[in-house]
Formats: sequence, C-alpha cells, structure tokens
Amino acid sequence: MIRSEILREIAPILRDQLVVCNIGIPSQELHAIDDQPTNFYMLGTMGLASSIGLGLALAQPKTVIVIDGDGSVLTNLGTLPTIGNNAPGNYILMIIDNGSYGSTGDQPTYTGKKTDLAGMARAAGCDNVVVVQDVDTGPALQKAIAGRRATVLVVKCDSGNAKMPVITMDPVIIRDRFMKAVAS
Amino acid sequence: MSIDKKIVDDLVANEVSFITTVPCKQLAGVIEEVDRRDGIFHIPSNKEDEGMGLCAGAWMGGKRPAIIMQNTAIGVTINTLATLIQYYRMPLPMLISYRGELREPVACQVEMAVHTKALLAQLNIPTYHFHRQKDVEEFDMILKYTFMCNKPVAILTDANFWGGYGDQ
Repeated sequence: MIRSEILREIAPILRDQLVVCNIGIPSQELHAIDDQPTNFYMLGTMGLASSIGLGLALAQPKTVIVIDGDGSVLTNLGTLPTIGNNAPGNYILMIIDNGSYGSTGDQPTYTGKKTDLAGMARAAGCDNVVVVQDVDTGPALQKAIAGRRATVLVVKCDSGNAKMPVITMDPVIIRDRFMKAVAS
Repeated sequence: MSIDKKIVDDLVANEVSFITTVPCKQLAGVIEEVDRRDGIFHIPSNKEDEGMGLCAGAWMGGKRPAIIMQNTAIGVTINTLATLIQYYRMPLPMLISYRGELREPVACQVEMAVHTKALLAQLNIPTYHFHRQKDVEEFDMILKYTFMCNKPVAILTDANFWGGYGDQ
C-alpha cells in the first residue's frame, strides 16, 4: 500500500480525532480524502508536525494523532527525546515510513537503508513504539487511541503519491477552525 | 526584586503557562525561576525550531506559550517564523539572550549579533532591546502587545542588561 491508500482506509478513524498532518503531499491527500475542521494541515515548515502535535497534546486532554513521515522525522530528530521524556497519554505519533521523500520526487531516505526509526525512538526514551505493516494500520491506530498511552506507531509501506490538488485554504482559516474544533 | 523573578512574574501575570527553552548562561536564572513556578509547564527543546513547533501546538490547545533562547537561534528559525508562526498568525514572545553585544567575552558570538536585528527587521518582527536593567519595566507591556496582535515578538536582552559575566 502507498500512503494515500492507508489514509483512505483510516479516514473513518481519524475523523473524530484531532489530527496534525505533515507538510506537502500527506496534507494534500488527507485534505482531498476527508477534510475535517479537526485536521491541522501544515503548509510549510518541514519536520515540525510531531512537535506541534506534542505541544497540543500537552496543552489539552483530547487525543492528538500526528501523521508524520520518515523524511520529516529525520529532519527534526531532536523531537524523539522530547517526546520520549514528555509525551502524555493522549499523544500518538504515526510515522508513515515509506523510505522516501515523497513530496519532492521519492528520493530515498536513510530509513530505506540502514536506519531504524523505531530503534531510534526507543533509544530516545519512547516506551511504547509499535511497528506495523501498512495493511494493519487501522487496528493498530484504534488500539493506540483506546490505550491512552503515548505511542509511536511506525507504519511500513510502499513509496508513492496520489495526485491530489494543492490546499488553497488560507492558513489562518485552517488554524482558526482547528482551534474551534479543539475547544469544542 | 531580581530581574529573573520580575520577568517570570510578568509571564505568569500574562497567563503564559507553557515555556520551552534552549539554554544560555545569561538565561540560566530565568530558566531556574521558570522551573520553580507550578503554573508553568517547562519543556526543554533540543533546537529552537522544534521549540516553536511545541509553542504553536500549545497555543492551539489553549495555552499561552513563550520561548527562551539565544539570538543565534534566529539563524535556525527563520523558516519556522515565516511559514508557521507568521503564516498561521500565532503569538510568540521570544525572550532572547543577545550574545555578542557590549561586555561579550566570546568573539564568535559577535558574528551572529551583527545580523540579529537586520534579520528580525527583514521578517517584520517587532523587536525590543533591553540594555539597562530598568528596560525590564516594559516586559509586561510587550507581552500584552504580543498576545494582542498574534505575532512573534523579540525581546533581545544583552550582557549589560544581565549585569555582565562576573569580572569580564
């Protein structure tokens, strides 16, 4: 499976949750598949989805699901110790690990070679790291939501992108409707 | 009252309850004071752009954030300031240790100091420079201004403001 097929499959699970989605094609795919006010789309700033989601999870009690990528986590590796030492039970970091920088033309990342993101997360202090194959994402995500325990979920899948339109919504509108959904 | 206590009192009075830090020896006293307050959640960052991401999330979650960092961080965070904090219009007080100014003992610090105000001006970030101890009196107003206009705001605090480095 490629990322867009996973997102389509888990869209009914994501719909009721606060979601912080990674920059580029992941946000475009999620927006096209199931736009919700509970989705925060990153339009810039590669690498910070996990940090934004962590701040959000620490500030309020609702479950926060971060949809991140292997390339973006590698960009902001300092996030893993911060998560490992601070993440509350309502925080789920789901890393769609397709071993490539999808938004820029599927150039390979190091996770497709020798680097093991799950191992790095564990070494950084993340106690609950789960690795699944693409087809098992839905049940693993539901289990993480029900568990109310900080989770790093690494989803191994194929490289590739769906052709989706660019998000043209104004960033302040994305942010404003998201904040209203958080507060509701 | 110490400057450290005054600064943190103002943060608390303005309902800042989520603070991330990347340390500087000039800021050590403030960070210690932050740690002493029950009403503030302190989360150290490994890099300042990561810290700004944390602050963005905390603000969307209903808490007022602040970041405490060195001015060298301006070189690290320009993209984050432009495409996250400013693009989504978020408030972010940035209490910045302004290294490389008068009474600085480390020459390399001057290399980023000479770019700091120019970079902040290029980004249209409101910038205040605390050089004398009485300048801290404006901190409360600066915080109110930041959360009024939903912008990142820089408070540069130099070595003279902090009383220098001991005998240096």
